[in-house]
Amino acid sequence: MTPITIEQVRKRAEADAQTYGYHLVPDPDLLQGLLEGLKINEDRYGYPSCPCRLASGNFDYDRDIICPCDYRDPDVAEFGACYCRLYVSKDVYEGKVPLPTVPERRPLEKQSKAFAAPPPAEAKPAAEEKEEFVKVGPKLWYCKQCGYVVFRDDPPYVCPICKAKREMFAQIKARIDFLG
Amino acid sequence: MRTMQFSKVKGDKNQHKVVVYALSTCVWCKMTKQYLKDNGVEYEYIDVDLLNEEDKQKIRQEIQSKGGSLSYPTTIIDDKVVVTGFRKDLLKEALGI
Ligand code: SF4
Repeated sequence: MTPITIEQVRKRAEADAQTYGYHLVPDPDLLQGLLEGLKINEDRYGYPSCPCRLASGNFDYDRDIICPCDYRDPDVAEFGACYCRLYVSKDVYEGKVPLPTVPERRPLEKQSKAFAAPPPAEAKPAAEEKEEFVKVGPKLWYCKQCGYVVFRDDPPYVCPICKAKREMFAQIKARIDFLG
Repeated sequence: MRTMQFSKVKGDKNQHKVVVYALSTCVWCKMTKQYLKDNGVEYEYIDVDLLNEEDKQKIRQEIQSKGGSLSYPTTIIDDKVVVTGFRKDLLKEALGI
């Protein structure tokens, strides 16, 4: 897989903000810095873990802080922004209320794991790349959570049915022949 | 007793011991470092996400022993004042800048 670009990270965040009725933080430098952090983490761990939190590199421990994290919705609802302040409410976006400071909602025992996590058994993206079937073009993906199946180049960012994150999608190993 | 490398940033205002625990990916950590630098404050920092597991553990103990939380950035001034996040107001007050 080619490394993700900042533009892809931006587009993905924009699309996600739109789907859920949020906005991205209007300050361009701040936004750029946050997107860069997400890109570095995606390159480093194989998934875009939160740039403002310490990730363990172990997917199971980091699942709740893959952006958009599990804490975004309650944080935007309560404070008007997510913890990193990448996603903000309409009022914050329009400057009606200032950018808030958002306390950490992630439980301490989850945070602690990142400090002593065993290294990941095998980096996931590297393992995926070794699979020899269809490398380019659309593929079949299924959501491990609800079974939704889709045929496209990359798995969807979130499952349209159960809202599971992209990381919950796995490729179905099947050969598809196109006849006419 | 530290084995890992903290990076030092020189400044004229060196009457306080200022330590920033940061993440290399975190824009608010960058802004904190920049703010201290712009104000001529001498400080040292460490990017915790770039450390090995053993050093991460040590850092965690170090932060928690001083009453800090595991949020980034955490700035600790003279081993006693803990500032969580990029809080200009609190840094200003604690450092007299
Ligand atoms: S706090 Fe914001 S930027 Fe960080 S993972 Fe959650 S939604 Fe993404």
